[in-house]
Amino acid sequence: MNLDALLLSFRLAAVVSSVLLLLALPLAYWLAFTRWRGKFLLESVVALPLVLPPTVLGFYALIALGPRGPLGRLWQFLFSHTLAFTFAGLVIASLIYSLPFAVQPLIASFESLDKRLLDASAILGATRARTFFRIILPLSWPGLVTALVLSFAHTLGEFGVVLMVGGNLPGITRTVSIDIYDRVQALDFAAANHTALLLLGISFVVLALVYGMNRRVWSPWPAK
Amino acid sequence: MVAVAGKVTLPMLSVAIRKEFHVAGSPRFLLDVKETFAPGFTVLFGPSGAGKSTLLDCIAGLLRPDDGVIKLNDEPFFDSALHLSLPPQRRRTAYVFQSLALFPHLSVEENVAYGLSALPSAERRERVNRILPAFHIEPLRVRKPGELSGGEKQRVALARSLVTQPELLLLDEPLTGLDGALRHAILQDLRAWNTASRIPILYVTHNREEVDAIGERVVALINGRVQESGAPRAVLDAPRSIALAQAAGFENFLDAHVVEHRPADGVMRVALSGANCELEIPLGAEPPGAAVQVAIRAGDILLATEAPRALSARNILPGTLESLEPRGSLVVAQVDVGARFTVHLTPGAVRSLRLTTGLRVWLVLKTHSCHVVLP
Repeated sequence: MNLDALLLSFRLAAVVSSVLLLLALPLAYWLAFTRWRGKFLLESVVALPLVLPPTVLGFYALIALGPRGPLGRLWQFLFSHTLAFTFAGLVIASLIYSLPFAVQPLIASFESLDKRLLDASAILGATRARTFFRIILPLSWPGLVTALVLSFAHTLGEFGVVLMVGGNLPGITRTVSIDIYDRVQALDFAAANHTALLLLGISFVVLALVYGMNRRVWSPWPAK
Repeated sequence: MVAVAGKVTLPMLSVAIRKEFHVAGSPRFLLDVKETFAPGFTVLFGPSGAGKSTLLDCIAGLLRPDDGVIKLNDEPFFDSALHLSLPPQRRRTAYVFQSLALFPHLSVEENVAYGLSALPSAERRERVNRILPAFHIEPLRVRKPGELSGGEKQRVALARSLVTQPELLLLDEPLTGLDGALRHAILQDLRAWNTASRIPILYVTHNREEVDAIGERVVALINGRVQESGAPRAVLDAPRSIALAQAAGFENFLDAHVVEHRPADGVMRVALSGANCELEIPLGAEPPGAAVQVAIRAGDILLATEAPRALSARNILPGTLESLEPRGSLVVAQVDVGARFTVHLTPGAVRSLRLTTGLRVWLVLKTHSCHVVLP
């Protein structure tokens, strides 16, 4: 079993899901509460990674991150090396890839809030920021946890995008799913099975923790 | 209160707004209200869908009217000509929603203190400590809204709004679902508070008992417009439109046409359609021959089992008792006099008169219990 690959995957998933939460909160807030008629366009863009083949996404990410892409060039200017085939490049591609898994639970959570609570907060003099931090966020805990976990789990299991953008560099971009693929290609089924089983177990435990916690998060505030 | 040149001016809310709504599949709705609200209670009365909550939302700044002006004293909250619309945060208005909208994750104390975040913490504590006992919710301080009874929640919602010392108070059916005694007690607290701070209070309800308990000015809103305003008795006991009479709980609506005017007596006679009987009702403007609709409360009709004599009531109609149906603390009787009347009786009256269906009865109606209503 390849511990390096496993740790790398966890590191990637942890970085991506936490950065994504920070990006997704304002985006989801805006999408949930804007009255802009064209918001369906942005909603579609956010949902694109759900339906796009990872190789397509990975291909464009590779172009963008490469030495001739805009992002790659900026990166090269700043850090004097390219983004493609690095951990940072992997993070950026994964952010896009897992975006809907963070944004959509948050939108659902924000939209299910009683609008009158937000009205009441405004009438009691609260600014939008205060309403967000004192009312919207505390009441959206389950959505927050769901967003964090889904984007974590989704990043943990990604394959196509990583292969396109990251290649297969041990310790840098060889994530656990690529490691499993390698083992299978080498007909080393026993090793593949060990890693796969471990990933399965971990995924289940993480999800079970979250679902269990989600239920507890609701209960301190009994029905209205 | 602000003293200006030796005379005291009380805070006045004046509203003159229009707002149109388009909802797919239903006719467009126009809210068109011009009204001034003085300090003290004004009851906004009307059927659901009349635009009461919409009007409050516009005043509070949650909805934006299409055009018009909303002013508290001389300060405009909204003025379409000036492209001015203060956000809700800056209207110094308190608003208690029908749903109350208590913050479920905050304790009673935190809910009440929520609107005081701009104050120094010592003053915040002092104000909360003063308002909690005034609304009898001191012992509930650390509870969450989910652990409160309906009446307790309503008190917390009122306290949370009033602790901010608003200059205008909007109440959207805040006491719905409470029993009479509890409602009365909370109204007492509100009234006591209002004698100390004389601000306009707009109180939305479609409950007649609440109107009577408050007993001050009523503004009847029907289909987005102010139809009548004045004392509760004038507005709700003698409504001039069918919609208002329905909202005010009238049970009997009878088609009739005017037979003759008797100006010397201040009355006119109308014949009920499809029935061989006439009613004497207060004199109206409708000429003889005109079709009218007459509204009569079921509780304003007396029922006799013998032909009454020597009675001041001018309308005595013989008929047949068709059905008796207990409903809560009263019995609803249907009587056919050619036209069909609904009459409210007490169970005791049903027993002592030995009322049964098919019995011959007489309906007794005072002239002034009959009201001509317009479509």
